[in-house]
Amino acid sequence: MPDLGTYALPVLSSYAVSLGLLIAVIIASVWKARRVRAQLENVENRRGRSA
Amino acid sequence: MASIWEYANPRKFMATSAALLPWTAGVAALCLVTGLVWGFFFTPDDFRQGSTVKIIYVHVPSAIMAINAWLMMLVASLIWVIRRHHVSALAAKAAAPVGMVFTLIALATGALWGQPMWGTWWEWDPRLTSFLILFLFYLGYMALWEAIDNPDSAADLTAVLCLVGSVFAVISRYALLFWNQGLHQGATLSLDREQNIANVFWYPLVITLAGFGFLFIALVLYRTQTEIRARRLKALIAQERMA
Repeated sequence: MPDLGTYALPVLSSYAVSLGLLIAVIIASVWKARRVRAQLENVENRRGRSA
Repeated sequence: MASIWEYANPRKFMATSAALLPWTAGVAALCLVTGLVWGFFFTPDDFRQGSTVKIIYVHVPSAIMAINAWLMMLVASLIWVIRRHHVSALAAKAAAPVGMVFTLIALATGALWGQPMWGTWWEWDPRLTSFLILFLFYLGYMALWEAIDNPDSAADLTAVLCLVGSVFAVISRYALLFWNQGLHQGATLSLDREQNIANVFWYPLVITLAGFGFLFIALVLYRTQTEIRARRLKALIAQERMA
């Protein structure tokens, strides 16, 4: 760990905020993709059965 | 040679983006880890800024990508308006939350850097203010997509909003040149060797910037795939209701 001196709080906070937001947008994207894919498969299966 | 317009076909886009996605995501992860670890652990303090110089490795790439994301949305929106390709409208929609996050990171890390260096979290400086307005445009753009049920109308209206917001994307980048005032310093990355930052900071910064760029591409490809599926889902449900 580098010696950040008196600026440790702003530097570490900047990295925490940035990585947190990047991880959040990745998780949100994956979560939405899985939900939409599951719903689409559900509807397509339903239509396949009724056809 | 294949025409770029082939990718307006959702099937072609899905197949191509599925092949590209692992590579772009992999390169993004590699560049981000390399650049951030190098910048955080293995670069010296600046003689004026001290260790706060390490904030540039997250602030500068996110700020650059926040503006570039909006410009990508502008190009995609114009393609929709002119050629009516649904995939381009959906790509613009998919890019907005990613660009919004980049803008938020730039604003937050700028405030965290500004407090110890300028003595204030915020200043109504031309660049900061135009960036805040760009952030509000991102929120408005996303809200407008959600507010309109008809996807073609939503694409039309958001394209107009994107065109208007582009003024602030451009101002965010060139505010310093236009007004030459405010607290914010000039460009960190410059082709002018006198203005450009020292090489010891430049190398990890450029690698991190590449990481943010590839992350943006990977997320937009992935989220556009989701939007294409969501559009098909909506169409199938509408067909079922009609039957």
